[in-house]
Amino acid sequence: MSEKTAITLTINGRDHAIAVEPRRTLADAIREDCGQTGTHIGCEHGICGACTVIVDGEPVRSCLMFAVQADRKKIRTVEGLADGDRLHPMQQAFMDHHGLQCGFCTPGFLMLAVGVLEREPDISDEDLIDVLSSNLCRCTGYQNIIKAVRAAAKEMRRK
Amino acid sequence: MSAHGTKGSGMTWVGRAIRRLEDPALLSGQGRFTADLSATHWVRFVRSPVAAGTIARINAPKDAMVITAADLKGVKKITPMLHKFNYRPVGQSVLADGVVRFTGEPIAAVVAASKEEAEDIAEQIELSVDEANPMTDARLALAPDAPQIHAVAPGNVILEGKVKTPEFDSVWKNAHKVIKIDARSRRQNATPMETRGGHASYDASTGRVTLTCTTQMPHLTRTAICDVLGFPESDLRLIAPDVGGGFGQKMSLAGEYVVLVWLARKLKSAVAWTEDRRENLIAGFHSRDQYITLEGAFDANARLLALKADIVANVGAYSCFPTTCGVEPLMAMAEMPGPYDVQQYQCLARGVITNTCTMAPYRGVSRPVITFTLERLMDKAARAFALDPVDIRRRNLIDKFPYKSAMGLEYDEATYKETLEMAVKATDLPAFRKRQKDARAQGRHLGIGFATFSERTGYGSPAFAARGMEITPGWETVIVTVDPSGFVEARIGSSPHGQGLRTTLAQIIADEIGVAPEMIKVVHGDTDRAPYGWGTFASRSLVISGGATLIASRKVRAKLIKIASHLLEAAPDDIVLADGLAKVAGTDRTIAIAKLAREAYTQTHRFKGEIEPGLTETGHYDPPGTFSNACHVAIVEVDVETGHVKVEKFLVAEDAGRIINPMIANGQVHGGIAQGIGNALLEEIIYDENGGILTATLADYLPPTAHEIPEIELHHIETPSVNSITKAKGLGEGGCIGAPAAVVNAINDALSPFGVEIDEIPATPQRIRAALRKAEKAA
Repeated sequence: MSEKTAITLTINGRDHAIAVEPRRTLADAIREDCGQTGTHIGCEHGICGACTVIVDGEPVRSCLMFAVQADRKKIRTVEGLADGDRLHPMQQAFMDHHGLQCGFCTPGFLMLAVGVLEREPDISDEDLIDVLSSNLCRCTGYQNIIKAVRAAAKEMRRK
Repeated sequence: MSAHGTKGSGMTWVGRAIRRLEDPALLSGQGRFTADLSATHWVRFVRSPVAAGTIARINAPKDAMVITAADLKGVKKITPMLHKFNYRPVGQSVLADGVVRFTGEPIAAVVAASKEEAEDIAEQIELSVDEANPMTDARLALAPDAPQIHAVAPGNVILEGKVKTPEFDSVWKNAHKVIKIDARSRRQNATPMETRGGHASYDASTGRVTLTCTTQMPHLTRTAICDVLGFPESDLRLIAPDVGGGFGQKMSLAGEYVVLVWLARKLKSAVAWTEDRRENLIAGFHSRDQYITLEGAFDANARLLALKADIVANVGAYSCFPTTCGVEPLMAMAEMPGPYDVQQYQCLARGVITNTCTMAPYRGVSRPVITFTLERLMDKAARAFALDPVDIRRRNLIDKFPYKSAMGLEYDEATYKETLEMAVKATDLPAFRKRQKDARAQGRHLGIGFATFSERTGYGSPAFAARGMEITPGWETVIVTVDPSGFVEARIGSSPHGQGLRTTLAQIIADEIGVAPEMIKVVHGDTDRAPYGWGTFASRSLVISGGATLIASRKVRAKLIKIASHLLEAAPDDIVLADGLAKVAGTDRTIAIAKLAREAYTQTHRFKGEIEPGLTETGHYDPPGTFSNACHVAIVEVDVETGHVKVEKFLVAEDAGRIINPMIANGQVHGGIAQGIGNALLEEIIYDENGGILTATLADYLPPTAHEIPEIELHHIETPSVNSITKAKGLGEGGCIGAPAAVVNAINDALSPFGVEIDEIPATPQRIRAALRKAEKAA
């Protein structure tokens, strides 16, 4: 064990002043130090993408980033997507198109898709499948996730 | 599609694609998974670094808390039992007791204040194992001079199923042609996105432990843990919270849970373990490692007369609880004849112990493998008879019901031929053959593959009893309560983890008692709240728990009508329940169902002793089982230079009886197909010659991504089942049962100009290139 460093993680607009070891991943810090357990951990190797969050506007695998690297950065997680009781268009589209079953990979897919569409609202279908191929889902067979993200993209462009 | 706004429409809830009631929480990060709980103690398991050997020494750092088998005095071995098939009762110590039999077997539990600390200590443990020669291959373990892995299982055979129909020999002798396949299915891991984990918390005021864990079978897990540790079940509460996929892997008892409960009782605190992905891939149960040699005897008209099968299932180092490792070889033996009308059958099915991770059920169990084998055999036979693959299936599929199989299974009405024809039509086979020809002229290799299959689902205790299981699951219980506020709670013994049962059961209840699904809560996965039941596996929950739900709901309905007839002073036959109201037919007299519920508790004096107080009813259901069926079609393109396969399109024509929620049903099929495509092309657990695992990350063991899964086109026929009171058949496993066969048949079709045959899954680029190279050399 080594000494802890004081950092501030800004998650969904709220500051969390925490002290972490240098080796603490952002995923563990979000879940354990900040109590935001909506971000899930599926592999800790940066492969499955279940832990995807948005850091300063970019989708990031939070198991591959150290918490200290995210000090003072703006982090968005699944808990911050909805506007009060109103689901984000991406959440609504996942519900409407049955883009989730067990729900474990879902937060990662939502943050990946939202992050990419905010950056690139007119992304082509082909590129979108490329992007969605970076996360794993074991329940849905992906077709409904793709449908949901396309529908949400349309809705997000409209707004 | 909306779950709202159908008041007075007269429509039923069943059959509609309403949104899932599960979704809002899961979409908002408000799901509650096992790993979300915090604990005072964290456990890291020290696992065997070698596949076989004797533990010589374990040296732990000073002051570290490290538990080994020596500490677990009085803890029994996990020893599941079958009373048939010469089954050998192999037991497993929850921590290895002297001998290790596979890489990843738990040897010690390190307990510390944090996960990181526990991992640090685990790395400092000096573990010395005297290595023995490991056997990871089932055929090698069957060799006469092979070392014996368990004393109770001579020759490493843990069970042996044999069957031969009386007229087999005479029919076989007179066959026109015998077609043979040597099929190989490599080893897989079910790979739920959430790994396994548990959190055991001791309550000093009651002396009880609450174990929250990633299980598909909460009640039986409690029974098993209390058996092994020897304390009353009333002192253990078991919770399956949101579970992140299971696919069978989370059915089987994890010895790790036993250790957690033991520690919670010893330390009188909260103790947690979250499996990491490496642990899951090497030790979280494996499946489908089989050799099958199958021969089919045909008459001159390509009618299949007899099947002869030799099934060798590598069951790993121990036997999984509760199904036992008989589950793969025995299911393969029982269901090998599949959808074909063939009355003569001979089979030898063996479960073979090896120095590999223990086998456990994975979605479809053996059926993806037997369907792959049988459907490859049919395509080979088609070629031998110069028939189209569709044609040979037309000649052999079952079309008279009920049908009794050579194994004595009764198939209820299904649509084997109809779904085949539906798929052929939807695919436009002549157009594809033209496209294939044109592509070949340009050096591109397209192929089409068909797979037809039957899927035994929703079977109750008699089917499990036929396997000789000491623990015989099957039935389900559902308790439906309308509370005094008019809201409905259904407490169920099943334990869904992604299947949408909270929604589909609510649809069934809603139709019976006339309230909207949003007013109905389905409670599951908590032994303190739910009645004893068997959980969710084997495509059973919608059929069996759904049936029990219907039975309980009908009783509630009868009672509501009785109360309404008292309060509205009308004949029971005139009362209609709908849209939250009890109405007297043909009048405008109504009373809210919520009001009836309130009166059932608070105004019982008005019923003059004719109606018992309260509004709770119980339903039990234990059906014989029903067969779903489907035809899968894959269209692929094979790059013969690289061996890469692209699945261009996947089409399914299937019949799962009455569909309760088409959106959820389609989702189950989609997910199964994706796993089946992974099974066909990508997923393989690989052991090296020393019994170490080469595929211990998701970059090596490859579940498919969005790239590999094509558009999936679904067509349904709904043949109501007579063996299911909701008329629904199960469909959770079908997707992954048919897909490997369809994809590999398509690959073989694409490669037919090269004279190669691929009879092994996964059909990786390496295997396809090796086959092509061999063919090139031979030519």
